[in-house]
Amino acid sequence: MTLQNKSLFELRKLLEQKEISSKELTGFFLERIERFDSALNSFVTVNDQALAQAERADEKRARGEKGKLLGLPVGIKDLLCTKGLKTTAASKMLENFVPPYSATVVTRLEGEGAVTLGKLNQDEFAMGSSSENSYFGPTKNPWNPQFVPGGSSGGSAAAVAAGLAPATIGTDTGGSIRQPAGFCGIVGVKPTYGRVSRYGIVAFASSLDQAGPMTRTVKDAALISEVISGFDPYDSTTSEKSVPAWSEKISGALSGKTIGVIKEFVEAKLHPDVKEQVDRALAMFKEAGATVKEVSLPHSDLSIPVYYMVATSEASSNLARYDGVRYGFRADFSAHPAESVEEFYCRTRGEGFGSEVKRRIMLGTYALSSGYYDAYYKKAGQIRRLLADQFMAAFKQVDVLFGPVTASPAFAIGDRVSDPLAMYLNDIFTTSANLVGVPGMSVPVGFSKEGLPIGVQLMAAPFQEQVMFDAALALEERAGISERLPNGY
Amino acid sequence: MATKTWEPVIGLEIHAQLLTESKMFSSDATAFGGGDNENVSPVSLGLPGALPVVNKKAVELSVRMGLALNCHIRGKSRFARKNYFYPDLPKGYQISQYDEPLCQEGYVEFFVNDEKKRVRIERAHMEEDAGKSTHHGDYSLINLNRAGVPLLEIVSGPDLRTPQEAAEYARSVRQILRYLGVCDGNLEEGSMRCDCNISIREKGQEKFGTKVELKNINSFRFVEKALEYEIQRQIDCKESGEEIFQETRLYDSTKNKTFSMRSKEEAHDYRYFVDPDLLPVIVPDSWIEKIKKDLPELPLSRAQRFQDQYQLPQYDALILTQERELADYFEAAVQKSSQPKAVSNWMMTELLRLLNENKLDIKDSPISSEHLGELVLMIENKDISGKMAKQVFQEIWNTSKSPKVLVKDLGLSQITDEGAIEGIVDKVMAANAKAVEDYRGGKTKLFGFFVGQAMKESKGQANPETLNKILKKKLDTPS
Repeated sequence: MTLQNKSLFELRKLLEQKEISSKELTGFFLERIERFDSALNSFVTVNDQALAQAERADEKRARGEKGKLLGLPVGIKDLLCTKGLKTTAASKMLENFVPPYSATVVTRLEGEGAVTLGKLNQDEFAMGSSSENSYFGPTKNPWNPQFVPGGSSGGSAAAVAAGLAPATIGTDTGGSIRQPAGFCGIVGVKPTYGRVSRYGIVAFASSLDQAGPMTRTVKDAALISEVISGFDPYDSTTSEKSVPAWSEKISGALSGKTIGVIKEFVEAKLHPDVKEQVDRALAMFKEAGATVKEVSLPHSDLSIPVYYMVATSEASSNLARYDGVRYGFRADFSAHPAESVEEFYCRTRGEGFGSEVKRRIMLGTYALSSGYYDAYYKKAGQIRRLLADQFMAAFKQVDVLFGPVTASPAFAIGDRVSDPLAMYLNDIFTTSANLVGVPGMSVPVGFSKEGLPIGVQLMAAPFQEQVMFDAALALEERAGISERLPNGY
Repeated sequence: MATKTWEPVIGLEIHAQLLTESKMFSSDATAFGGGDNENVSPVSLGLPGALPVVNKKAVELSVRMGLALNCHIRGKSRFARKNYFYPDLPKGYQISQYDEPLCQEGYVEFFVNDEKKRVRIERAHMEEDAGKSTHHGDYSLINLNRAGVPLLEIVSGPDLRTPQEAAEYARSVRQILRYLGVCDGNLEEGSMRCDCNISIREKGQEKFGTKVELKNINSFRFVEKALEYEIQRQIDCKESGEEIFQETRLYDSTKNKTFSMRSKEEAHDYRYFVDPDLLPVIVPDSWIEKIKKDLPELPLSRAQRFQDQYQLPQYDALILTQERELADYFEAAVQKSSQPKAVSNWMMTELLRLLNENKLDIKDSPISSEHLGELVLMIENKDISGKMAKQVFQEIWNTSKSPKVLVKDLGLSQITDEGAIEGIVDKVMAANAKAVEDYRGGKTKLFGFFVGQAMKESKGQANPETLNKILKKKLDTPS
């Protein structure tokens, strides 16, 4: 049976009809991980309790218990704490860290009966756009192993694209779900800021981070979103708004809806294959009955500098806790004991963090320093508010904002590692959604001439995920590529 | 050489641990003691992914204190991160409030040498405590039970001019904290801490001198001692032409000296910024009004009322209002006896002395306010003499029994019944017929002898006035 390219809904049906057990399904994906992942490197840790969890799910089903995800295996980005299961953030700093508690997202998935397959590779502490910054080595793009899967949730994207997991959880601080989803040809959703609890997710930039689903289909993404969203008393920044049943209400008919094409995004220097897919998507929207109009977001060109000020500043503080005192990596002081507390910190943090993480900590520390705060962090905050005003004004005219996810398809491994700025510019179209807090998603619509997937990006007003899912479904129905697998998988 | 006159300028930063059951941002217990690293959770350990959630009770207690300090309460205040590395600071930053504190611009009044002094409160803000490090030769241990415990930092204006004023200010803040049930004010256990900012300037100068911060002061007496030492050190520096550096100095109470801890060059750049994990703290007016309504009478106004309502001298009123429980005790005893001055005298002389000697709090007093009131009433009603009362007082202290019961048990009740006293007098006169003759013959000095005999006969219980009256009448009236 070909199960690796089936949606969660299809697999759920098989489970419900008892055509397959969760243990068999989980075993199927574990075998695929075993077979393919040494080359792909999408998993950091495979959960040795996965089959036991699957058995429990089968027992529950036998007892007549229900669960939206009962018996369905999912992968979790290694940035989310999983009780009793190693959580590394792809860093030497947390190489052997086993959390005593689970992130709310994980608790909610398990609460609906999901089985945790394992923990997925990523850029260290979610800092990067290619998954090359992992202490455990880069993840490959299953469509072409010479290329990156994107990042930071590259492992989560590659595993779904290669059929090693039917769905995964990623996190998105500046595009870390949407960009790898685009590069790997899957669906990726960054929810509205405050929709999904950040409790238990290793923090990168607290005011930007959101966890979200990475799936084969739009409807699957809506389903996972339903499960993980909602108020959490452990995260003060979560919203008390009720969570709609998106996956049930979803419809690809867009008559009466207006799609706003972001002028600055489509007029940017785009790879011709990306441009072609953007135009195709616009035609699909019209075909689905939507009105398409152009909108301008003049400050969106500032999103990259603003993003890197905000994200690095918050990160410099969020990562201060990795000091080797209570848990995680500590430098070896047996031969040369530290002469001071400062030396203890310097050696531990100097050896424990990778170079991109250190670069960002230094940038952020500088931006928050006395004498620079006003010019950098404070100014970034002001522009961020202006940008939000422009987005909210745009959403008075349109239901969904539309544009490319990235200017080009996936780039080759090693291409941009030595040029941090070129790497940062990858996030040019994705950081705005995080800065403004709106939901955004990536939907695959086609392929480049080289055979690499190309996705497009949709954004909606805060807490208006439904219309975003509807528009995404309209594209998915017309693109018809959600069952496609890379060669060899 | 004529020395200049130097004027100290002192401001205090008081950290008060809020009396909440759980920590500032997590549900871990705040109880003092307990096993090392027992009152912890992912939040207070600073585990990856843990997030803070504000303790509402801590906000309420802070508003309470802010109102008592006559502060403006911000409807919207914010938490900020104060970033610095220290092994007992789990997150690498302390969550505090920076440019938008909860309470601002208040004042507190108190007496120094019978004079009322007003000191401005610049701000009072909420923050979390760090853990505790202990150093043992080549290793250190960290206990994170304190990490995350809620504190209110109360910052005074630079309005204090003498070490004594500073200590009195700190005492009065402690008094208010305890009145409100906001903090237990225990300096030794560290639930209240005092840091002093001190500079000196030539008398008459407007400009402040370079300030030094003194830490590690764990009693009010040491507030005075540390400041006295530091003022003299700064004067010596100035007069010998040395520069005073902006620095933090630790007070060593055993040596009675201050030592440099870190200089300004080593001072941290705390890189404050609004904590993105927390929303602004919104305190609606209706909540402030409710807290205001529930505020108890504060010590200073209670002292004033004791002067007005009970005609107590200021000295008595200030002492009796030092602690809320002491003032409550006083008023309960007065309620029973309607004798405020007498109750005050008993409390100020006997009760407080015994409590002090036995290191007891008023709430643990073996003599209840009811019993003291009863005792005072018995004296007033002449049921017992003042001399007996002291004995009875000691017995209540020893047994916690009611004075009425004790007087009966000990056979101490005063005989005021005239018939009974007449009987005693008759008996004494009959037994001393010769002396009666002599008295009536003009030896009136013998009156004292008869009083003594009658008292002895009554076992000291006869009311002296009545006894005198009856004895005189009987001796002076020949049978």
